[in-house]
Amino acid sequence: MKHPGMINIVSDTSNEIFEWSERNFSKVKIVIEKYPAGKQQSAVIPILDLAQRQNNGWLNRSAIEKVSETLSMSFIRVMEVVSFYSMFNLEPVGKNFIQICRTTPCWLRGSNKLLDVVKEVTGCNLGETSEDKKFTLVEVECLGACCNSPMVQINDDYYEDLNEDNFRKVLLKLKNNENINKGSQSGRRGSSPEKN
Amino acid sequence: MLKEEDKIFKNLYGKEDWGLKGAYKRGIWSNTNAILARGNDYIIEEIKKSELRGRGGAGFPTGLKWSFMPKNSGKPHYLVVNADESEPGTCKDREILRNDPHLLLEGCLVSGFAMHAHNCYIYIRGEYYNEALNLQKAIDEAYEAKLLGKDACGSGWDFNIYLHRGAGAYICGEETALLESLEGKKGQPRLKPPFPAESGLYGFPTTVNNVESIAVAPTILRKGAKWFANLGNPKNTGTKIFSISGHVNNPCNVEEEMGIPLKELIETHAGGVIGGWDNLLAIIPGGASVPLIPKSICDTVKMDFDNLLKVQSGLGTAAVIVMNKSTDIIESITRLSNFYKHESCGQCTPCREGTGWMYRIMKKMIDGSVQLEDIDKLDDVTRQIEGHTICALGDAAAWPIQGLIRHFKPEIERRIAEFNKKKEVA
Repeated sequence: MKHPGMINIVSDTSNEIFEWSERNFSKVKIVIEKYPAGKQQSAVIPILDLAQRQNNGWLNRSAIEKVSETLSMSFIRVMEVVSFYSMFNLEPVGKNFIQICRTTPCWLRGSNKLLDVVKEVTGCNLGETSEDKKFTLVEVECLGACCNSPMVQINDDYYEDLNEDNFRKVLLKLKNNENINKGSQSGRRGSSPEKN
Repeated sequence: MLKEEDKIFKNLYGKEDWGLKGAYKRGIWSNTNAILARGNDYIIEEIKKSELRGRGGAGFPTGLKWSFMPKNSGKPHYLVVNADESEPGTCKDREILRNDPHLLLEGCLVSGFAMHAHNCYIYIRGEYYNEALNLQKAIDEAYEAKLLGKDACGSGWDFNIYLHRGAGAYICGEETALLESLEGKKGQPRLKPPFPAESGLYGFPTTVNNVESIAVAPTILRKGAKWFANLGNPKNTGTKIFSISGHVNNPCNVEEEMGIPLKELIETHAGGVIGGWDNLLAIIPGGASVPLIPKSICDTVKMDFDNLLKVQSGLGTAAVIVMNKSTDIIESITRLSNFYKHESCGQCTPCREGTGWMYRIMKKMIDGSVQLEDIDKLDDVTRQIEGHTICALGDAAAWPIQGLIRHFKPEIERRIAEFNKKKEVA
């Protein structure tokens, strides 16, 4: 299966109707005001992001239609954006959306080993969602934290300076719904040249 | 080694408060009004004199770029900051965005004012969620302190900064693709001319600059162009953040003087190559897009635009990816080919088809299951892509492979021979 952000077909199977929550509707207004009058199309990426967050991490047809209606754009113009950008998912994802960086800087420092660990803990192969819907596992291209490689993005947060041991700990905690610290797992500050 | 007092990024590692109070302590926003009072032309002249070259990869002189903006166009002008940092190996802007956002905001005001712009958009890559939170908070703080908004810093100039999050597309780091994306479309690069300075965001005069280029401007104006120009080498002046990743003992971001020898950079700041300098195989000195250089060149090369160009590579974003002898160099470059295949926007045929073709051949080269003449064919294809596309992504996909063939052809040939031998035995 593909990365849900790399799919180009909109899902029609769910009959759920997407309506803005009150909180998000007020956010929509704030976002549109960032752009000059008549240029509300500029807001399409942030508004789609809002819709995706409200819809548990993915966009169905109804959500995309809602965004096109909100911004007075045709459906296909919104759909073009959704299919072009990899952060918009066109299939449901698990509660923890795990994106493993596979590009050279992370690979040089052992991202392959992380892949083995995550497959073992979650029971997912690449592109799969676990049966309990807790995890979706995908590989992505460079996430721009190369000095803290290898690293993984889970939902909004980066987990950096990983190795097999500390990554396993992170995943097990997620599995048991425990709190985890984002950022460097070796305890160093940012990308400073401290020993790690 | 760069002296502590010459460092521009004093909170690169986030050891101090990144908020407004911390920013004041580090001298940011102090008397910004006085800089603006010297006038637009003065600011642009001073940046020109400092010989600052853009930090986003291409190294175009920043002051010159600013001077392309029309003076009395009667149209709205825009400053757009490119914080869509996605070049593999590069993670310098992230540290500015999350650990010293006010440095960037002050730079936006100063450079926006110089270019007659009242509005500025900062386009940050979507994956930098926490960085965007910090930056938005910094923007809110600055508005509250009247540093931005109406009569920014008491200068009489109205200046607004808006944060715009992207959604995961490397190509949006290309300036015209970024503008398309900011207008709510697919991020596909535009043909140039017209250049953004003439017709950019919404068709109005626009300048797109990298985060680091903008963030260094206020310090240059405070300390003087001469101070900045005296650092580094002529035409390659100032300080630069280097992102050192890969096979080093302590991967890190570090601000150093331009033109520092590569070996010194790695040994002083990153704790040396894993297994020692003699264990070095090759280095990609400027982010994924530039050709790699083998150890023999790394021994002596200096890290600036012109010196790296002389060895057929480039400074790019100054992201140093170190590979020691344990590296499968062909797979390493193949992964970059996969990256470009994934990120090609699909607009130009040579790039859309070529990146996939190159990746498939490269993948076969890892275990040698190609013909000897395929090496030259691959090299030929890279040259047919290079320069034949609207934007530089085609070039960027071609150069790493050209670098590999230039310096590691014997290794590719060895694998082919080995593969053939195995086939014979079987």
